[in-house]
Amino acid sequence: MKRLLIIIPLVIFLLVVIFLAVGLHRDPSEVPSPLVGKPAPAFNLPRLDDPETLFSSSQMQGQVWLFNVWASWCAPCREEHPLLLKLAASQLVPIVGMNYKDQREKALIWLEQGGGDPYVVTVSDADGRVGIDYGVYGLPETYVIDKKGDIRYKQIGPFTEQIIAEKILPLLMELKAE
Amino acid sequence: MKYCVVFYVLLLSCTSLSAQDAVPLAADPKVEAQVSRLAEELRCVVCQNQTLADSDAPLAGDLRNQIREMAAQNMSDQEIVQYLVARYGDFVLYRPPFKATTALLWLGPFVLLFIAALSVVLIVRRRERPVTAESLSPADSQRLSELLKQEK
Repeated sequence: MKRLLIIIPLVIFLLVVIFLAVGLHRDPSEVPSPLVGKPAPAFNLPRLDDPETLFSSSQMQGQVWLFNVWASWCAPCREEHPLLLKLAASQLVPIVGMNYKDQREKALIWLEQGGGDPYVVTVSDADGRVGIDYGVYGLPETYVIDKKGDIRYKQIGPFTEQIIAEKILPLLMELKAE
Repeated sequence: MKYCVVFYVLLLSCTSLSAQDAVPLAADPKVEAQVSRLAEELRCVVCQNQTLADSDAPLAGDLRNQIREMAAQNMSDQEIVQYLVARYGDFVLYRPPFKATTALLWLGPFVLLFIAALSVVLIVRRRERPVTAESLSPADSQRLSELLKQEK
């Protein structure tokens, strides 16, 4: 019994160490999305290239697609842009862009100078309303949406080669087979 | 880490935007009271240690406006909070609900308090245990007195 009492502080210490060690490797700025597994919020927004025409999320029904939220004022978006271009070139998945709280002219210049347009269509969310519906809180954010229109994955922050290779591509294969 | 860059940019946006557009106030003081009450209870997801009321981040402003609009449509506190939780998760609440995933958070301090109280009780009890005086056997006391004599 006495011996048992002596190791209790050690056990508590080890528990604290484990918790802290796990905590150190988590990113506190990443807020888990409650929307994963739920239907993607519907939107009907003007197209960036042609503000007179509206584009509705229902037009993507029946396809697996990526929904990438970006803005010209977002530096990490620039960083992930080449990866999106590469992904678009592979023709694996259509990428719909949403230009979030941005000026149209700046966004168009950004697309032109960024080395190309990876998006099948870009819509503009000038007042950030649709962004709120999607729980956007930091750019870039990307959602993987399945054929039924459910969100299956949310990427917070820019894509990396590793994330695309290890998470996105396998998930896309899986969702396309569904 | 790349996320850090994003986070840093977001952090900057929390502090550097002091010159903002005038905030529209609802005409109805009741609505405005509801907005400020809720904004005190909700976390800004960008500047995580600030409430929506405290934060200067553009998103916090947007969310306050959204709350104001919903409040003006006579939505209850609960409905508005539900709207935000559906989009940003329990994380927006400064007082998270009691669930399996938050049980440790809510009960942890009490468990620790219980362990501490229990150990205090055990330690104090052990100290209080009286030292029982042992009486010497006749043979021992005779030996003792002999030894004492020898000293002299």
